[in-house]
Amino acid sequence: MLLIECPWCGPRAETEFSYGGEAGIPRPADPDALSDAEWADYLFYRSNPRGAHRELWNHAQGCRRWFVVERDTVTNRIAGSFRLDETVPVPASAAEKQPEQGD
Amino acid sequence: MAAGQANRLPRGGRIDRSRPLRFSFDGKSYAGYAGDTLASALLANGVSLLGRSFKLRRPRGIVGGGAEEPNAVMQVGEGAAARPNLLATQVELEPGLAARATRGWPSTRFDIGAALDSFGRILGAGFYYKTFKYPRAWWKLYEHFIRRAAGFGKAPDSPDPDRYEHRNAHCDVLVAGGGPAGLMAALTAARAGARVILADDDVEFGGSLLAGGDAIDGAPAMDWVAGAVAELREMPDCRLLSRGTVFGYHDHNFLTIVQRCVQEADAAAQGPARRPVAERLWRVRAKRVVLAQGAFERPLVFCNNDRPGVMLASAVSGYIHRHAVLPGRRAVVFTNNDSAYRTAIDLAGAGAEVAAIVDSRPGGAGAIGQRVKELGIPVLAGHVVSDVSGRRRVRGAGIARWTGEPWSAVEITLRIDCDLLAVSGGFSPAVHLHSQAGGKLEWDESQLCFLPGEARQPHDSAGAGNGKLSLGDCLADGLRAGKAAVEALGLNPPEIEIPATNESPAAPIKALWRVPAAKDADRCPKQFIDFQNDTTVADIRLAVREGYRNVEHVKRYTALGFGTDQGKLGNINGMAVLAETLGKPIPEVGTTTFRPAYTPVRFGAGAGESVGALYDPVRKTALHQWHEAAGAPMEVVGQWHRPRYFPRNGEDLHAAVARECLAVRNSVGIMDASTLGKIDVRGPDAVNFLERVYTHNVDRMKPGRCAYGILLGEDGMVMDDGVMARLAEDRFYLTTTTGGAAQVLDWLEKWLQTEWPELEVWLTSLTEQFSTLAVAGPNSRALLEKLGCDIPLDRESFPFMHVRTANLAGMPVSLFRVSFSGELAFEINIASGLAPDLWRKLMDVGREFELTPYGTETMHVLRAEKGFVIVGQDTDGSVTPVDLGMNWLLSKEKDFLGKRSLARPDCLRADRKQLVGLLSRAGCTVIPEGAQLIERTGQRAPVPMCGHVTSSYHSASLGHPIALALVAGGRGRRGETLFAAPPGREPIAVEIVSPAFYDPKGGRQHV
Repeated sequence: MLLIECPWCGPRAETEFSYGGEAGIPRPADPDALSDAEWADYLFYRSNPRGAHRELWNHAQGCRRWFVVERDTVTNRIAGSFRLDETVPVPASAAEKQPEQGD
Repeated sequence: MAAGQANRLPRGGRIDRSRPLRFSFDGKSYAGYAGDTLASALLANGVSLLGRSFKLRRPRGIVGGGAEEPNAVMQVGEGAAARPNLLATQVELEPGLAARATRGWPSTRFDIGAALDSFGRILGAGFYYKTFKYPRAWWKLYEHFIRRAAGFGKAPDSPDPDRYEHRNAHCDVLVAGGGPAGLMAALTAARAGARVILADDDVEFGGSLLAGGDAIDGAPAMDWVAGAVAELREMPDCRLLSRGTVFGYHDHNFLTIVQRCVQEADAAAQGPARRPVAERLWRVRAKRVVLAQGAFERPLVFCNNDRPGVMLASAVSGYIHRHAVLPGRRAVVFTNNDSAYRTAIDLAGAGAEVAAIVDSRPGGAGAIGQRVKELGIPVLAGHVVSDVSGRRRVRGAGIARWTGEPWSAVEITLRIDCDLLAVSGGFSPAVHLHSQAGGKLEWDESQLCFLPGEARQPHDSAGAGNGKLSLGDCLADGLRAGKAAVEALGLNPPEIEIPATNESPAAPIKALWRVPAAKDADRCPKQFIDFQNDTTVADIRLAVREGYRNVEHVKRYTALGFGTDQGKLGNINGMAVLAETLGKPIPEVGTTTFRPAYTPVRFGAGAGESVGALYDPVRKTALHQWHEAAGAPMEVVGQWHRPRYFPRNGEDLHAAVARECLAVRNSVGIMDASTLGKIDVRGPDAVNFLERVYTHNVDRMKPGRCAYGILLGEDGMVMDDGVMARLAEDRFYLTTTTGGAAQVLDWLEKWLQTEWPELEVWLTSLTEQFSTLAVAGPNSRALLEKLGCDIPLDRESFPFMHVRTANLAGMPVSLFRVSFSGELAFEINIASGLAPDLWRKLMDVGREFELTPYGTETMHVLRAEKGFVIVGQDTDGSVTPVDLGMNWLLSKEKDFLGKRSLARPDCLRADRKQLVGLLSRAGCTVIPEGAQLIERTGQRAPVPMCGHVTSSYHSASLGHPIALALVAGGRGRRGETLFAAPPGREPIAVEIVSPAFYDPKGGRQHV
């Protein structure tokens, strides 16, 4: 069971949180301007990396805030937790294709 | 009392001879002592045949002394409290304990399946896949037989009366295993001031020291153990858990320990009213972990090595020293390393005759060989036990000279009579937890075992589990691991001297994975690797011949390491035989993956307190007591208990629902709709926000206005629906479905926080704070007027789809002119504390109008008559608003969540399933909900399906059954005939019609 650092409440057990999928996928500003393929990419396709993964978590049984966690999908090691309004350091591993929240 | 315990030694052991007790095995009564395990007590009584093997039904006895025991699997207790699949070696003997062997149907001694042994050839590796296939029609017969004859214990068929609990704990250092290394590590950490938890699965701390005549600092080793435990108990931040098995090592240093609780002590502490806790599950988050779980001795793989009386040498020593039980009178010891020489000395010291030590190493043992010689025990170096005689009990060992060639044939030249064969094939560190935690394993060629390698989490291994097999090395390694842990925590390690031991250097172990036989490996008598699953050397060789190479595949094909054993006893021998067969080095073949749980854990321990209402809480509305008093059967919706119908004078469901429906259509009914989700939305950007998530034009709603609204996922599928009311410019009130309340609130919050943090909007759940009383029917207005309402309720002052605040019978309420029945209706929102009072007043005043309470069933019929959908019943996550015919709800002037998806090609398909009404042609048949719809009857399977029935009821108002369905291209097919095809029934001819069956123009709700 993961130990997740909530940026507001501190380290808590995974059972207090709910998972929100990959972070850094902003909703397109003008969906109608997108082709079906581009819309499908936003809607269905996720990077599913082996290694560093930025993901959304919600402290559902606590402060109910959403935040970003960088977790290694191989080891489950957590590099850090970030508020949504924080500028998140770019992970060493990846050239991220999407800008982060708040960037 | 001790009578009958033929194998009990007159003196010694850690049993309490002042507390004799009786127990039963397979219905027969035996005597034992407190401090016995079920296994030691059975051995004391000379019970050597304990069960039958899983597949081949061979007679089996006790092999080991702990968690590695493969054969002595027991069902303990009777009835609901029976516990299946316990290892006799781990069951503490209690007065009156009743145990049965779990295998051996119909009985252990006479086993119908024993005949299978003779047909062993058809039950080779992969027999599941190869046999019992033909003829196909016989499978049911095969299955019955296989299921009956296989399987371990019998699960109790009534609720477990035992109580379990979970406890969370945090510590600086968790030490798993309380043997010499674990105790040393715990002492070191505790003296440094760390918070320590020390868990050991045995009744007493001491580990391997419990089983032997070791000395520490010139005194019996158990004196040192007693001192260490006493010191740890004194420490305020040290928790000792005996009978506690660390069975799971999860992410982020989270470990799970199951602790068997001593019932008497607990019962006394908690008073007699509560049943004592049977098992406690500890959920521990540790900063550092020291794994000191020791090592398992490996058996040797020779012909008929599964005969009762063939035991692990260390287990034999344990039974002698710890339980004062001598498992045999005339023993042969067979080994490839020095450790079993001690067992020979122990046997001789306990009065047994040791006929020979058979040592596969040409050079024999190290220094201990001299002591054995002094005792006059013959040693046959460079020899192996190739076969044994005896069926229900070992009678003799067939001994051959061996040159050291792995697959050579040997000739048995000597037979020695014996009733006990103590074997040792070396030791395998218990690397299970290390491996569970993601740690790597490294092969040690000198000790012939896998050692814990690089760790992934902050943990360390120590002692025999780290390949330190001598006592002195164990103590030193425990000290090292303890120091490393406290240093990592930033504490100062204490100065501790390693206690002195008196061991002599051992000669190295020599590989002997499969003992050569007189015939080649595929034709000789069975050489068992995994006793519990009856996996033999020949099975592994067969798997290789059939093309299996990967160790994980071979495991699954041969069942090696399945069951409760999980590879504790046989895994390394299996890997090594596989490697030899493949001609590869062992580390290249590798091991299978170790996963939790390390030992079997009861479901009850996993559930803890989370059973019944503590697992699935019951939510009741403020009016629940009234409903109960009215005799309403309840329907569970989410966690809510809602009245389904209100029977009068013994009515059944159908009669009550028909009466309730007609009352609403003809006069007035009342329903408790409090379970609807209610969300307060406020803030300067509330309109802007709701515009983005709801499909209709929100900004056009004036304060006081209500609208039906739907929420779509970004995929365009209908997620939830409800009423939106605009209470003020900056304030809205939303309702959601009963089951969707929490999900919708979460969904809205997620968008606000992650996507649109600039919007100033606040969401508040009001679901439980307010109750909702739905008053529906042509007389609903008259009823409220009669009750006393401070605002005009006429059509002009308070039109349909509007909201007003008012005083009703002197109580502050919000009134919503919305209707889920199609009738003139008011939904009354009132603070939950006032709801029962208002309900009673309504019932009083309503007598004049025959006000009829109705439940969820009537609500369903009324809305279906109108063609109103229920999200989650008529939709299933693959239905768009267009499919439901709700295009009118979709704004063309703005974007909203899911809008773009509605233009995806798949959502534009003409043959999408669309909502329609169905009428049965025969007129009187209620079509079963869920029935598939087909175009024609008489087709051969598989019949193409064109839709399914989502809602179906008898309509009392219309006098015939009605149904809603999703039908491919359905809206363009009105008037056509389909067939509903419920399984096992005649197809029902149905006509596609409009889903609005009743008052299709909607005039009745507008009055």
